[in-house]
Amino acid sequence: MARAKTTSLFDTGILRQAALDAVAKLAPAKLVRNPVMFVTGAVAVLVTLVFIRDLLYVRAGLSFTGQIAAWLWFTVIFANFAEAIAEGRGKAHADALRSTRSDTQAKVLLHPDDPADDLWEPKSADFLDVGEVVLVEAGETIPADGEVVAGIASVNESAVTGESAPVIRESGGDRSAVTGGTVVLSDWIRVRVTSAPGSSFLDRMIALVEGAQRQKTPNELALSVLLSGMTLIFLIAVTTLWGLAGYSGTILSVTVLVALLVTLIPTTIGGLLSAIGIAGMDRLIRFNVMATSGRAVEAAGDVDTLLLDKTGTITFGNRLATAFIPAPGFTDNDIAAAALLSSLSDETPEGRSIVALAKGNHAQTEPDLRSHAPAFIPFSAQTRISGIDVDGRQIRKGAVDAVLRAIGMPLNDTPAAFREAVERISRTGGTPLAVADGNRLLGVIHLKDVVKPDIKERFAALRAMGIKTVMVTGDNPVTAAAIASEAGVDDYIAEATPQDKLAYIKAEQGKGRLIAMCGDGTNDAPALAQADVGVAMQSGTQAAREAGNMVDLDSNPTKLIEVTEIGKQLLMTRGSLTTFSIANDVAKYFAIIPALFLATYPELGALNIMHLATPESAILSAVIFNALIIVALIPLALKGIAYQPVGAAALLRRNLLVYGLGGLIVPFVGIKLIDLAVSALRLA
Amino acid sequence: MTPVGWLQIALVLGAVLVCAWQLGLYMARVFQAEKTFLTPVLLPVERAFYNAAGIRFEKEQSWLTYTLAMLAFNALGFLVLYALMRLQALLPLNPQGFAGVAPDLAFNTAMSFATNTNWQAYGGETTMSHLVQMAGLTVQNFLSAATGIALAIAVTRAFARSSAQTLGNFWVDMTCATLYVLLPLSVLVAITFALTGVPQTLAGSVEATTLEGAKQTIALGPVASQEAIKQLGTNGGGFFNANAAHPFENPNAWSNALSIWSMLLVATALTFTFGRMVGDRRQGLALLFAMYALLIAATAVVYWAEASGNPLLAKEGVDIAAGNMEGKEIRFGQALSALYVVATTGLSCGAVNTMHNSLMPLGGSVPLFLMQLGEILPGGVGSGLYGMIVVALLTVFIAGLMVGRTPEYLGKKIEAREMKLAMLAVLILPLVILGFSAASAMLPKALESLANPGPRGLTEILYAYSSATGNNGSAFAGLSANTTWYNTTLGIAMLLGRFAYIVPVMAIAGALAAKKKVPVSPGTFPTHGPLFIGLLIGVILILGGLQYFPALALGPIVEHFLMHAGKTF
Repeated sequence: MARAKTTSLFDTGILRQAALDAVAKLAPAKLVRNPVMFVTGAVAVLVTLVFIRDLLYVRAGLSFTGQIAAWLWFTVIFANFAEAIAEGRGKAHADALRSTRSDTQAKVLLHPDDPADDLWEPKSADFLDVGEVVLVEAGETIPADGEVVAGIASVNESAVTGESAPVIRESGGDRSAVTGGTVVLSDWIRVRVTSAPGSSFLDRMIALVEGAQRQKTPNELALSVLLSGMTLIFLIAVTTLWGLAGYSGTILSVTVLVALLVTLIPTTIGGLLSAIGIAGMDRLIRFNVMATSGRAVEAAGDVDTLLLDKTGTITFGNRLATAFIPAPGFTDNDIAAAALLSSLSDETPEGRSIVALAKGNHAQTEPDLRSHAPAFIPFSAQTRISGIDVDGRQIRKGAVDAVLRAIGMPLNDTPAAFREAVERISRTGGTPLAVADGNRLLGVIHLKDVVKPDIKERFAALRAMGIKTVMVTGDNPVTAAAIASEAGVDDYIAEATPQDKLAYIKAEQGKGRLIAMCGDGTNDAPALAQADVGVAMQSGTQAAREAGNMVDLDSNPTKLIEVTEIGKQLLMTRGSLTTFSIANDVAKYFAIIPALFLATYPELGALNIMHLATPESAILSAVIFNALIIVALIPLALKGIAYQPVGAAALLRRNLLVYGLGGLIVPFVGIKLIDLAVSALRLA
Repeated sequence: MTPVGWLQIALVLGAVLVCAWQLGLYMARVFQAEKTFLTPVLLPVERAFYNAAGIRFEKEQSWLTYTLAMLAFNALGFLVLYALMRLQALLPLNPQGFAGVAPDLAFNTAMSFATNTNWQAYGGETTMSHLVQMAGLTVQNFLSAATGIALAIAVTRAFARSSAQTLGNFWVDMTCATLYVLLPLSVLVAITFALTGVPQTLAGSVEATTLEGAKQTIALGPVASQEAIKQLGTNGGGFFNANAAHPFENPNAWSNALSIWSMLLVATALTFTFGRMVGDRRQGLALLFAMYALLIAATAVVYWAEASGNPLLAKEGVDIAAGNMEGKEIRFGQALSALYVVATTGLSCGAVNTMHNSLMPLGGSVPLFLMQLGEILPGGVGSGLYGMIVVALLTVFIAGLMVGRTPEYLGKKIEAREMKLAMLAVLILPLVILGFSAASAMLPKALESLANPGPRGLTEILYAYSSATGNNGSAFAGLSANTTWYNTTLGIAMLLGRFAYIVPVMAIAGALAAKKKVPVSPGTFPTHGPLFIGLLIGVILILGGLQYFPALALGPIVEHFLMHAGKTF
């Protein structure tokens, strides 16, 4: 995830705002969304009332009750603070976005159906209706999301994507979608408005990054149920303890019962849960992918099958020269020199790659042809040949059959070794180019759709994670099979049509699998909608962007892999902190239980294995630890725990060791240290 | 602790595992309507029952219909039993002429036998007529066990099926559980018990003349047959008041080993049935290993605590080499007494061959804690399996996220609905156990029933409610439970512990059955193997421990420390 924009985790501006928000979030209406924190807040009120009563009647233990009350409030505030920081990071992004949306004036065409009539009237972008056609000219901001219906223009979309290189937008085809807030740099376009004011892509993005319309995701909801249930269980355990203690001759005060309750209920994960969710979305946004819902991010972690377009994801997308194979009677140098000459004027990626190969691997130097009056033969789709006439030589390169026809040599008359080479290249998915000098056949150039260098390892890693990769390509089955085996994908769909993709997705889903795919064309829209995670390219059509549940602002299909990893990271962070939180309780019992009953049963002091100084300091230390651990874990909640693409068993073993066992041990150490400090400061 | 003692324990458990394995596979065939060696004999009988009752055996039921059928059937069983007890004075087969049973005791006892608890707040030979014993209590011994098996099978089907609307037919499962499993096993075990010397006769009592020349009446009866279903069905209600410590119920080491074997058998076998029916035997084995690891650890604690003897006696110069023998039978020895204590409470059996109130504080805390864990080690017949599955669901949910996928168990996604229902089920136990215990600990009327003050008294209360809620039925003794307060509240505890638990569990089963089964991949959270077993054990201990630790600290734990300080109660 090297491409993620880096913003300091704790920007002072965000921290200051978050501190204020943390207090504002104490409002009961807001707290009630989080049952664990609501209970903590409620008992904080209770202990505060006890403190006030004790203050009025000047009872003993005033300082103890006061400190417990204060730390209970801190617990709630720390949890709010975590959420506020997570939101704050999004808000900063949202403000930047919002500034680009400032009141644009639109030129609404009065006669949109007449291509020659440019008559328009001004209208504020905030009042544009869906279906109206606006004219946008160089230097102007596009007033709303829409579809280009006429014209072509270069557009600066940096407001949305952060990428400053302009992109081309034109009517028809897959590059017709424009986004409100982006700026036309040159030429003009006519845009049919497709979004109502307030629901544009930019608006949705702002709402998303602000977390304003954030709803709990399905797994978050399920986890909240678990945490609420555990809170209830501990409420029962603590309430009944009053009765059991009464039998044993100890009247437990409200303060210590509350202290026990709050340290037992899962405040750590309860306090950080929403921050983890927001931060997960935020990680995706920083990675320039917009998810329309948190549900999609969770689904990304669950994905079983990735549908990857071959071009641009698995291969570089251009066929590159990888070898020169001389015909019998010629040397490597003969063909390399001829290929170099024939490609000097060839500016296609293929041509440049031939030059590079000749110069690099075959140590050819570029001859100075200025005094030789060369005649370049450019490539044409009819002849499928390019070349050069120089010094009486006629050097040609091109499709094998075209070159053979040009030099008048039937395929059967070519040397057997040549035919074998051609056949082998075709079979393995490459493209053979013949090279001829006059009527002599020099050999063949091997052009290959080059697979990205590290892609095979990445697929192996995905396989270890249990994710199956499927390559989608328009190539014929032979070519597809060759590339598939070279890239190490698990399956491929050759000669794929959008219908094939859709059918494949449905078949996989029928087997209970979750599918992720990316696409950009209008004809990808049904498959994008069907897939569990559909990532549409920002450069794609409006239909594709509406159909998917994520939009990649960089239009980089490789990111599907990282999106999955971000989803997994989110879920792992949630699980690890839950385990940590529950494991913490063991130590808290050993701190608090002996302290509660020391007066009645001094023998229970045997359970005070941490040798905490006094009952009060033991209880206070547990409560302080419980509050501080939330703050200590905020960075982890926001950054997410480190993710490694290994199998589930290995991940579990590692996380269980760190967060399970760690969760058991850390509080013993933490509470002991706090107890030392509390005793040293004579707080209790 | 001696090597011979451990060898005895190992032999009994080994025999259980071998037989349970075969029985489990047999049960899988029975409940998947495959042919077994008993089919030719029993199929006509089975069909005859359906025809007589008008059951359409081929029609399966949704979770709700299944559950309602189960509830209706058990409600009827409860009412019949209640009526029999209340009206026994007017009914035949009451030679001793017992009066009708008091309303609170009748409620308590009917609930006790309908819920597979077999808590006995009465002395059988002095309260119940023969009719009640035979047509009421013994019938329920079979039916409550068969109900448990049927429910466990229904829950198992939820994981075996994909996108299914039904979980089987309650009437069919019930009939099969009785006819193909419990009845044949009972016959076998009853005969074996008789061979070890347990009486089996329809003759009444025997008159004997003692050495002093006094006349003594020695009660006899069909003990072996009742002993068989008492153990096989994890019922635990004894023929005699002294239960399995009585020489006629449990005459020697062989009958003792057979008792332990037969009470562990069916619950253990169901884990094999589970593995077989969900199509992955490792899944069943994982549950089995977790259960037995804890069971053996618990046995070790009890064995150690008891074999170490009472330090206070040692101080007085008493030889404690034999360990703490108070409340134990010499013919069973320390090892198999410890195993019996643990098995009967790890299971929801509740039969006793040792007086639990005479255990050392730590030894006594083990059966208490095992019951509070929800009777899942390996638990009552059927109820143990579905209880363990709920824990497995919680484990997968808490830890499953750590592999970066939303949690799933056996290919079924665990979502908010399942969590809600699971928490509802899990909440019942602490609410009932701790709620009623705390109330009893504060009610002067309830405290009058205690035999001991201090922590031991509190343990007696906790034990009673844990036993009732876990549908165990064993008593710690010391508590005089035949009072209106205890009869009523313990009856309610049994009711909630059984049915308020199973309804949400069946709802989970219904929801899971309807889900598509996600195929396994290397990214799937592995629910077999040592890591998961360890995790499962951890969750059982930590979640159980967190709920009950404060209560236990005030009961057996503090008593242990007090004893070492020289204070007893």
